[in-house]
Amino acid sequence: MVDIKTRLPTPEPFISPETRPFWTAAKQGRLDLPFCKSCNHPIWYPKAFCGACGSLDVEWRQVSGEGKIYSYTQVHRGEGPYRDVENYVLALVDIDEGARVLTNIVDADPASLTIGQRVRVVFHEAGDAAALPRFVPAK
Amino acid sequence: MSIRGKAHIAGVYEHPARDLPDHSVQQIHAECAIGALADAGLSVRDVDGFFSTGQLGFGGVSLTEYLGLNPSYIDGTFTGGSSYLAHVGHAAAAIAAGKCRVALITQGAKVRGVIRGAKHTADTPEFPFETVYGETNAGIYALAARRHMHEFGTTAEQLAAVKVAASEYAQFNPHALLRKRVTVEDVVNSPMIADPLHRLDCCVVTDGGGAIVVVSPEIARSLNRPLVSVLGHAEAIKHSGLGPNDLTSTGATASAPRALAEAGVALSDIDYASIYDSFTITVIMTLEDLGFCKKGQGGAFVASGALGLDGVIPVNTDGGGLCNNHPGYQGGLVKIVEAVRQLRGEATPQTQVRDCKLAIAHGTGGGMLRQASVSLVLGRSDA
Repeated sequence: MVDIKTRLPTPEPFISPETRPFWTAAKQGRLDLPFCKSCNHPIWYPKAFCGACGSLDVEWRQVSGEGKIYSYTQVHRGEGPYRDVENYVLALVDIDEGARVLTNIVDADPASLTIGQRVRVVFHEAGDAAALPRFVPAK
Repeated sequence: MSIRGKAHIAGVYEHPARDLPDHSVQQIHAECAIGALADAGLSVRDVDGFFSTGQLGFGGVSLTEYLGLNPSYIDGTFTGGSSYLAHVGHAAAAIAAGKCRVALITQGAKVRGVIRGAKHTADTPEFPFETVYGETNAGIYALAARRHMHEFGTTAEQLAAVKVAASEYAQFNPHALLRKRVTVEDVVNSPMIADPLHRLDCCVVTDGGGAIVVVSPEIARSLNRPLVSVLGHAEAIKHSGLGPNDLTSTGATASAPRALAEAGVALSDIDYASIYDSFTITVIMTLEDLGFCKKGQGGAFVASGALGLDGVIPVNTDGGGLCNNHPGYQGGLVKIVEAVRQLRGEATPQTQVRDCKLAIAHGTGGGMLRQASVSLVLGRSDA
């Protein structure tokens, strides 16, 4: 199997005080999402506002890090930090708690992937303050 | 209140060049402005409303100075490639409200040979959670295409049929970047960009732009040009702010019925459609969402030859973004220009729709994770 993990870039994300808890948790090996304390809505992308009910009252909660593939593609023409990567898998994953997140599927033969396939989160360090949540096929 | 019949498109211009290495972006705006105003029989002195995406310099203000305009109304709406369709609707509303009488909309872009680098993530709240994964326009639309295939059985060959139809038209457009006719086999055998999208499933990348002049009925009557009426306009934004966003439909499901209702016409009355074609899948989904075929049937619809001159609905008779022109990754303005050509009977003769009275132009700005859909219904003065 190709060791995709070692050749995927890990660009440092832009971190603001609003989103720092997400990246800090990822660095510590947790997938934390904001949830609305008023309506319990899982918020994605991470932000300090619930678009579902208009509340500013949100809290960070750890989620399972498990989910399934909504869609995926093998990209052959990357841009920016991915420009020199021969190819990589970009995917949308529906995590079990209800958010649909853009990510990469790693450590998997792209030809073996299917929509609906179960996946689980892994973390790739990106600079001193963050790690990127990516996903691998669940065993 | 409705904008129906309250404003007319009096002038249009599509810059004939596709590669402008020695032009500045503002020069392209200026050439397009003069082109559209000349088409209308007006001059820059007549302009009292100015519409642009505001991407150049200090919003739209820099261009008003460059062009020597003194507008009483300015709009810098930016919704990606659909911006210019929004501008026409906004201009019609401003004219109907008496805020201006001659609205100028301009586009100018230079992107050929520019290597796309890292996106600026600090000022866009969603980017930090997307660009780090190598998100690209083609990659996002590929996610949509694969999901559409999964849900509806759409095939790569059906996607390719959209490009084939565009190339059949583009062969007659002397300004089209790609004039060579292609086959389904050519498309599916072209290099993979982001599977299932091949290179020929993707729009062209061009310099250039265009301009549109929207005027009040009083001004319109004073001009010696065939008039095109703005009959209906509607916008819809689709995103994940309320929960997961599906990737198999577009905002056209919401914008098209409202635009048609404002125009007071049925979809079956439409003679010609300009449909945003960033990728082949964009056209298939939009045709479904506009209502030209049932959801999920877009693949079979396009493969049946529906987009041809003798088909159910002629689409993108200039060759579209897939073959003709897609300046600065924003194809919305050119979509309007071709609809106006059709309604005036000024399309390339081989691609002119017979007795074209009503047209819809639809833009999809942004991508599939979030998008701004704009539908515009235009009609000949006797429609």
